Amino acid sequence: MAVTERGEATGPGAAGPAPRGAAAVVATRLLALGRAEATLLKRNKTALYVALLMPVLMVWAMHSATAKLDLEKTGMSANEASITGAFGFVLLFAVYQNLSGAFVARREELVLKRLRTSEAGDAEILAGSALPAVGVALAQCVVLVVAGAAWLHLRVPARPDLLIAGFVLGVVLFVALAAVTATGARTAESAQLLSTPLLLLSVAGSGVAVPLKVMPDLVADICELLPMTPVVELMRGGWLGTLGLYETVGHLATALAWVVIAVFAVRKWFRWESRR
Amino acid sequence: MDFGENVIDVTGLRRRYGPPGDEKKGFEAVRDISFRVGRGELFALLGTNGAGKTSTVELIEGLARPSGGTVRVLGHDPYGERRAVRPRIGVMLQEGGFPAELTVAETVRMWAGCTSGARPVAEALELVGLADRRTVRVKQLSGGERRRLDLALALLGRPEVLFLDEPTTGLDPEARHATWHLVRELRESGTTVLLTTHYLEEAEELADRVAIMDKGRIAASGTLAEVIAAHPARIRFTLPEGWYVGDLPPLAELGVDSYEQTGRGIELRTRELQRSLTGLLLWARDKDVELDGLDPRTASLEEAFLSIAGRAA
Repeated sequence: MAVTERGEATGPGAAGPAPRGAAAVVATRLLALGRAEATLLKRNKTALYVALLMPVLMVWAMHSATAKLDLEKTGMSANEASITGAFGFVLLFAVYQNLSGAFVARREELVLKRLRTSEAGDAEILAGSALPAVGVALAQCVVLVVAGAAWLHLRVPARPDLLIAGFVLGVVLFVALAAVTATGARTAESAQLLSTPLLLLSVAGSGVAVPLKVMPDLVADICELLPMTPVVELMRGGWLGTLGLYETVGHLATALAWVVIAVFAVRKWFRWESRR
Repeated sequence: MDFGENVIDVTGLRRRYGPPGDEKKGFEAVRDISFRVGRGELFALLGTNGAGKTSTVELIEGLARPSGGTVRVLGHDPYGERRAVRPRIGVMLQEGGFPAELTVAETVRMWAGCTSGARPVAEALELVGLADRRTVRVKQLSGGERRRLDLALALLGRPEVLFLDEPTTGLDPEARHATWHLVRELRESGTTVLLTTHYLEEAEELADRVAIMDKGRIAASGTLAEVIAAHPARIRFTLPEGWYVGDLPPLAELGVDSYEQTGRGIELRTRELQRSLTGLLLWARDKDVELDGLDPRTASLEEAFLSIAGRAA
């Protein structure tokens, strides 16, 4: 064992070839955390299958049910309804359920506590750990759009800006909600259980399996306020070009409100340390 | 020794667990602690399990906000000004947190990405003697290897201030001595170290100054010599039936400062162990008295520690 000599330069960044900007430093940290988490996801077969296969399986399972609905009021074909609803499945399985388990696992291994002694900030630790899940979700959404347009005779996205806005808001919201869910769970398994209510509620009430326009008006009005609803509506509307300005603003506002609530809840209640 | 500038400055520190505001519920683990650590100094917090060492160190590392008092590390509040403090400190927690499924090298690489001016992975592993374990998963490491991995991460950014919470727990004697050697080298290169330990030998080997914690308070502190001097040597024995303390020669003549009696058991405290012991033994021979369980102990850190910990029990 030996200690190497400390260099002449001691200031931050002095050791590197050139001083780096703050954004580059943050990006380096996020990538380092994301890379480690990706390796862990690769080695956790159950979590990997849930993230990769569940969205596909659910779309396939739901497609025939959706086709039986009276979709006339929605102005969508069965393919359009189920493929755009699949965005919801992607966010629920690849992001929400996957990460609520991962956050609990890292907390119970005391990894989060250890990381909090590093230079990474709290938000960076959660965001970096979420990167692989977000990457998987992004890839799945791209596949959906390409497959939908190429083979299922869906149109090319009409408002890609809204599609992307919906995705970004959805990702931020469901990463934060995964952290909130993780706060209440003691093990990765109980996190799966705790994530189920929001998962089922979103599938049933947020236009993922059943488009809102098929529902009675009062139910649809309430369901519009669920966290997943504005995300799915923005992505669906962005693709199919069916959103008016009034609806767009409404969904953006609802989604933003949920993001604010979820981020506030994480900042206030997230537990970084095991209770052991 | 004068270490000049204070690198760690702790004043009136308190930490309470449990519901805030309710004085009856919860538990105060740190009760009004103050100390300073100068640049380049190695300061050891000693104490039994549950004395409040880790609770104290976590506040200084900035992992939690104190419920009272102030902490300054390198002139900053480590909790509120995390960004300013973190790049200059290295931390080894009491229990390392590493994902079980990552390899040693992957763990260090992840940490290096979060550390400005990080040492190369190979160099960090070389430092702690884990170079040949780089492809092993963390879950397969022994407890001692895990401690060394933790140390490698703490040293990754060449920190100015190093926090080591029980760094050699679970290490075999060889690895323990290697770690001591490394810590001494770091200290010699100017690193300030705050160490907690329940191994007295470790404190004696490494520390410039120590503080002995008990029930959330600092019960004794200073250089090793000062702490030891504050706790005089002692002589224990049991007087036979029919003999009393009053039968002993005048205690002042024996050089005894004070004494304590429990049943027939006597404990004399003295700063002149040889003189007191000689006087006592000569008296016993004169009077033909058998001093059962005669047990003289010279002043040592262990004695100081035990008298503080024993007082608590």
